Amino acid sequence: MLFERVLRLDSLALGGDAGVYDSSRLPPAFLRELYELVRYRDLLIQLISRDVRTRYKRSVLGVAWTMLNPLLMMAVLTLVFSQLFRGDIRHYAVYLLSAQLIWTFFAQTTTQAMSHLAWGGPLITKIYLPRSVFAVSQVGTGLVNLVLALVPLFLIALLSGASLTWAVLWLPVPMLLTACFALGVGLLLSTVAISFPDVIDMYQVLLTAWYFLTPIIYPISALPESARWLMNLNPAYHFVEAFRAPVYGGAAPDPGGLLVAAIAAVLALAAGWFVFASVADEIPGRI
Amino acid sequence: MEAVSRVELEIADTLPRAAPEADAVRMKGVSFRYRRQNERLTSLKEYAIRRLQGRVRVREVWALRNIDLSVRRGEVFGIIGRNGAGKSTLLRLVAGVLRPTSGRVVVHGWPVSPLLEIGAGFHHDLTGRENVYLNATLLGHSKHEVDAQYESIVDFAELADVMDEPLRTYSSGMTARLGFSVATAWEPNVLLVDEVLAVGDQAFQKKCEARIEAFRRRRATVLLVSHQWSQVLAISSRVAWIDEGRIRAIGDAQEVVTQYAEAAGGG
Repeated sequence: MLFERVLRLDSLALGGDAGVYDSSRLPPAFLRELYELVRYRDLLIQLISRDVRTRYKRSVLGVAWTMLNPLLMMAVLTLVFSQLFRGDIRHYAVYLLSAQLIWTFFAQTTTQAMSHLAWGGPLITKIYLPRSVFAVSQVGTGLVNLVLALVPLFLIALLSGASLTWAVLWLPVPMLLTACFALGVGLLLSTVAISFPDVIDMYQVLLTAWYFLTPIIYPISALPESARWLMNLNPAYHFVEAFRAPVYGGAAPDPGGLLVAAIAAVLALAAGWFVFASVADEIPGRI
Repeated sequence: MEAVSRVELEIADTLPRAAPEADAVRMKGVSFRYRRQNERLTSLKEYAIRRLQGRVRVREVWALRNIDLSVRRGEVFGIIGRNGAGKSTLLRLVAGVLRPTSGRVVVHGWPVSPLLEIGAGFHHDLTGRENVYLNATLLGHSKHEVDAQYESIVDFAELADVMDEPLRTYSSGMTARLGFSVATAWEPNVLLVDEVLAVGDQAFQKKCEARIEAFRRRRATVLLVSHQWSQVLAISSRVAWIDEGRIRAIGDAQEVVTQYAEAAGGG
């Protein structure tokens, strides 16, 4: 059934050597965007490998930079905050770094999704491309960087004496959920940012606020008891906790929290995809 | 092959199909409308404020109105008109970049092959080789296809020695040669050319022209947009003259170009 559908899409409008394009008989936008993204998968791989390569090519330190950046951040924050939360948190460095990594992944991916679509601007006014390729490739790049950053995270965990357990095998689950969430948010933001570039700056302000409203550098116990339930409404809290639990706590993520994270991820991705796909054909006209 | 035609038959049962004639491009009653704010607002803050004040006026600009035209397979079809007449919009509709506000665009020979602006889709920190892969996949080719064509792309661009150097070390002529070489490495069904490209030096321009000419001889359809009527006349068999979004004249290249040149005061 699915196969038939794909064949039909192919022969109707979208590709193939003997292809026919008929503007009045295109498949639904969200389906077409998905189909085209699959067809342009090699472009996706090229964009990801380009981003990963250019990131490391120009810095003298090469791949080590990936490790160094979060480590420096961690060192500074640990120096400042570990005294503050003394007693509340053992192995503060691991507590912080694990959350820091998944947050940075989310923050960078969503921001880059916007600016990357802008980079593709001159192209997508001239040639057809699945426009979601820019956001999706940024999520891919972010995942590569995140996986690389797991190495220093594990090292710190071992060095500081927080024992690593098999629970770390859970990590791909929160990583993928966060990736879906980030893609959804990135796509939604892109639809606005393509017309109003200042959205990127405004989003940075929002991100900073969001960062401090999420228990990343502080324990949730630092919040007044009456305000803690509010964290249930903060999706970032659930992603951070689900990622932190296997590394810092040495245990599987809390099922309830994971469920909330999954629902948030699916909702964000569905909303982002539908909205983006339905306006995708207007994007070239707006640039 | 059989399986494909069976699927097509099935579709024929359920949907009215475009007639299977030899037209490579057919536009029927095509109009295209841009929505523009009265001023170009690029700041969301400003937009929100003006919106509250009720000062955002959306202007509708009809870039194209009621265009009917068909381009036969193997034809070199020129589109002329002043800047802003709607020529490029028309090309973008054929490329599937824009969708008509009303009317219908049918292209046989999808995907079309656009000749890109110089340097579009290139990345300066990557090597020539990496850029070939990036650029070709942007045009919808698979990595496998690029592997197969890589040697000939490099040969045509005459850049074999520098393919492992980063693109920022290339001169603009070299970049242009590489871009053209990638864009035309595959035999196109429908080639879209927006303004005749002046690529590289004289000798390389000859090569480019020869390549496009070879495509034409092998029955590729070429859609050529230019505001310089002399270039259009040199290679087109038929021409459409677009003025303020409408077709002013369409037909034999010589006739239409003559009319256009007279109206434009000698062009």
